[in-house]
Amino acid sequence: METIDVRGLSCPSPVLEVKQAMDRGVKSLKVLADCGTATENVTRFARNANYSVDVKTFDDGTTEFTLQAQ
Amino acid sequence: MVRKLAYWPIVAGVIFGVAAPVLAKFGNPGNMGMCAACFLRDISGALGFHGAAIVQYIRPEIIGLILGAFVSSFLFKEFKPRAGSAPLARFFLGVFAMIGALVFLGCPWRMFLRLSAGDWTALAGLGGLIVGILMGIYFFKKGFSLGRNRPAHPLVGYIMPLFGVVLLALLLWGMYGEATPVKFSTKGPGSMYAPLFISLGVGLLLGFVFQKSRFCTIAAVRDTVLLKETHILQGLVAFVLLAFITNMLLGQFHAGFEKQPIAHNDALWNFLGMVLSGLALTLVGGCPGRQLVLSGEGDSDAGVFIMGLLVGAGVAHNFALASSPAGIGANAPFMVFAGLIFCIILGVFAKERR
Repeated sequence: METIDVRGLSCPSPVLEVKQAMDRGVKSLKVLADCGTATENVTRFARNANYSVDVKTFDDGTTEFTLQAQ
Repeated sequence: MVRKLAYWPIVAGVIFGVAAPVLAKFGNPGNMGMCAACFLRDISGALGFHGAAIVQYIRPEIIGLILGAFVSSFLFKEFKPRAGSAPLARFFLGVFAMIGALVFLGCPWRMFLRLSAGDWTALAGLGGLIVGILMGIYFFKKGFSLGRNRPAHPLVGYIMPLFGVVLLALLLWGMYGEATPVKFSTKGPGSMYAPLFISLGVGLLLGFVFQKSRFCTIAAVRDTVLLKETHILQGLVAFVLLAFITNMLLGQFHAGFEKQPIAHNDALWNFLGMVLSGLALTLVGGCPGRQLVLSGEGDSDAGVFIMGLLVGAGVAHNFALASSPAGIGANAPFMVFAGLIFCIILGVFAKERR
């Protein structure tokens, strides 16, 4: 599984990196994000692209997504 | 592309679309119920950073936007002090975004407000904004990035909200105090303003809903093109539609190219000014209003960008770059091209090191 760390990147880079991974044909990927906007954007984009979204939140403010193509 | 209605962006767009023309009715300048660039320019003048006597006032709307976003981010646990993503590059993107906006005479917000009131001179600006955003998208696709920020000490995140409070104190000093160093216009657009507490209240409300909704004119276009996502665009459409209806109801809709309030009809420079602004804003990640909101939720780099806008306003008026209803400033063409070159070089070469 590929991991993409988008923590600290400003928009639209977080969701763009996820999109580019999907465009490369990656079917399952882990995404680490740390701001509310990126978190929402990644979730929305992945759902629209037909990926399942599994969310885990950590104490340091990091959100970990597991995205899986349906 | 509209898979699902975007609740918060539409709520934000509706409130904004009604509030902005109403603020103009209450006394703000024509088609300028709300303008992040113009209002920061007025603040810059009020603090003495430029000497254009007709555009000096500490706009409570700006204070409200920062503080409203601060409160909202606290309530929703999204206040995150962060800093360190190419601050000086962001500063100069702010300088040039302001210069472009003052050649056109408005930030993207005001451009849409001008259109919603029938000011067709803003059409060239809309074309320019879209071209600027498309250029920015091209750079992002090629790997452009200003690099990562890092979590910062909470105090760093409090600086911009505190700056808002200081501005409020200076505003009250300028309004009610004596021997004040704050400059307020006695004529011109700077002398036209809605009652202080209405402006402040609307600013707070908008800061709150913009933080919650991520409302942003740049993201509206950018996400639609780049991601085929209309989430934020739906908010922008609601904003323009409601502003149009409200302007109609208030008798503020006057269609045409001539005699539009605080606007000129030089299509080429309306276009190029907005290309510069649109490109700089896309590279930095959002429109000036959005950056004000981010600065309120702890994003120190957005705060640096706002400082760039304030300085850019000073530069624009001190070096004859800003337009007036009579036309563009004498040195505007040179500076617009210099700004475009700066943005293009940054767009081509700034990439994240891995």
